[in-house]
Amino acid sequence: MIPYYYLGSISLVVIGIYIVIAKKNLIKIIIGLDIMDTGVNLLLISVGYVKNATAPIENVPGPYVDPIPQALVLTAIVIGVSVMALALSIAIGIYKKTGTLELDEIMGVEE
Amino acid sequence: MKRVLALTLAILLFIVFAMAFAKIPFGEKMSNYPDYYNPIENQTSNMSLPQHYLTYGKNDTGATNMVTAVVVDYRGFDTLGEVTVLFLASTGVGSLMYVEDKVKRKVRRSNAVVETGSKLLFGFIILFGAYIFIHGHLTPGGGFPGGAVIASSFLLLYLAYPKFHAEHKKLNVSESLAGLTFVIVGLLGLIIAGYFLYNFLPFGLPTYLFSAGVIPVIYVAIGVKVGSELTGIVDAMMGVRE
Amino acid sequence: MDLFTIVSLILITIMIIAAIIAAEIKDLLSAAIASGVMSLVVSILFYMLQAPDVAITEAAIGAALSMAVMIFGIKSTKRWEK
Repeated sequence: MIPYYYLGSISLVVIGIYIVIAKKNLIKIIIGLDIMDTGVNLLLISVGYVKNATAPIENVPGPYVDPIPQALVLTAIVIGVSVMALALSIAIGIYKKTGTLELDEIMGVEE
Repeated sequence: MKRVLALTLAILLFIVFAMAFAKIPFGEKMSNYPDYYNPIENQTSNMSLPQHYLTYGKNDTGATNMVTAVVVDYRGFDTLGEVTVLFLASTGVGSLMYVEDKVKRKVRRSNAVVETGSKLLFGFIILFGAYIFIHGHLTPGGGFPGGAVIASSFLLLYLAYPKFHAEHKKLNVSESLAGLTFVIVGLLGLIIAGYFLYNFLPFGLPTYLFSAGVIPVIYVAIGVKVGSELTGIVDAMMGVRE
Repeated sequence: MDLFTIVSLILITIMIIAAIIAAEIKDLLSAAIASGVMSLVVSILFYMLQAPDVAITEAAIGAALSMAVMIFGIKSTKRWEK
């Protein structure tokens, strides 16, 4: 029996991979990468969860959850949004040069 | 055709991932984790790595929030690298979105409710962001969320006032000063105790504002840096407006 | 089934539905808003998994800044996907 948190985050990753493979619009592909990023973050946090534990802030006694994945994900989210902005600005540059966002029109492929 | 292939591949990947993650337990106690191996002393400890951080973290760093202890103290060098990646991405956005021929786009004026509301809320959101990163070593939060909250308050101003522009020079100065503070604090640790980012200030009493040595200093620097960089990204993506 | 399980299952369902909408809809603006909804639900899930630091970050960045940056990008290109 797989925990439902893992199932949810795996489905986010798989939806992201599907968008990256099947879609041809550049902004859609960037949205897919963003969804994949969120899925990986949720997976890491749910691996570090401990039942009946509190957040790792030592004002209160008791068992705490794992702080290492939280520290990893905290920086990864901020890096994710800045890298997404970089990808979007590259897409805008391509649009200004070619006038389209569809990958097959940019590459000049006839279907 | 391509759609069907992609869907098949996605379902196959889902099955593979699900089989891989079925073995990893969810919500398990930390005493069941494997013990960590210390290569310097060449021996295996009797507890796992997160347990070590949770047990000795308060004495090692003086911080109450263990996530902050891991981000700024135990893995501070890592954080310096991540901040550098953020700086590079922000520079890239600025240079790619730079327009030479200043084509101005017309922007509609937003309505009175948004203008008045953002005028009222702006100060409070900035205050909340500053609270988050000043108390990063005591309560949930820290430099990264605080900087994001400050950037979102500037985003509110950008949405409400079409003519608003954050001054690039001030953004650059605050961003560079914050980065310099981080590196100088690290180098001071190198001079005083012999390794980079050493926590050389006195720890003080735990749960007090002035505690945990250099952690609040570094986290305030990170908060200012992240806030000005994300504001710069929003400014560059907004483009030139009239 | 305790309360934690029930609320988690509901939120995970909403999250997956929002991700599928973001994948399939032709209007890029709606896709960006759907991904923002997904980020907001994920931030509630982070809070339930006892990660308040990450929840604050995700709420500020995923639901506000990331969506705004994406909408600015769509505004200076095309709105509709072919």
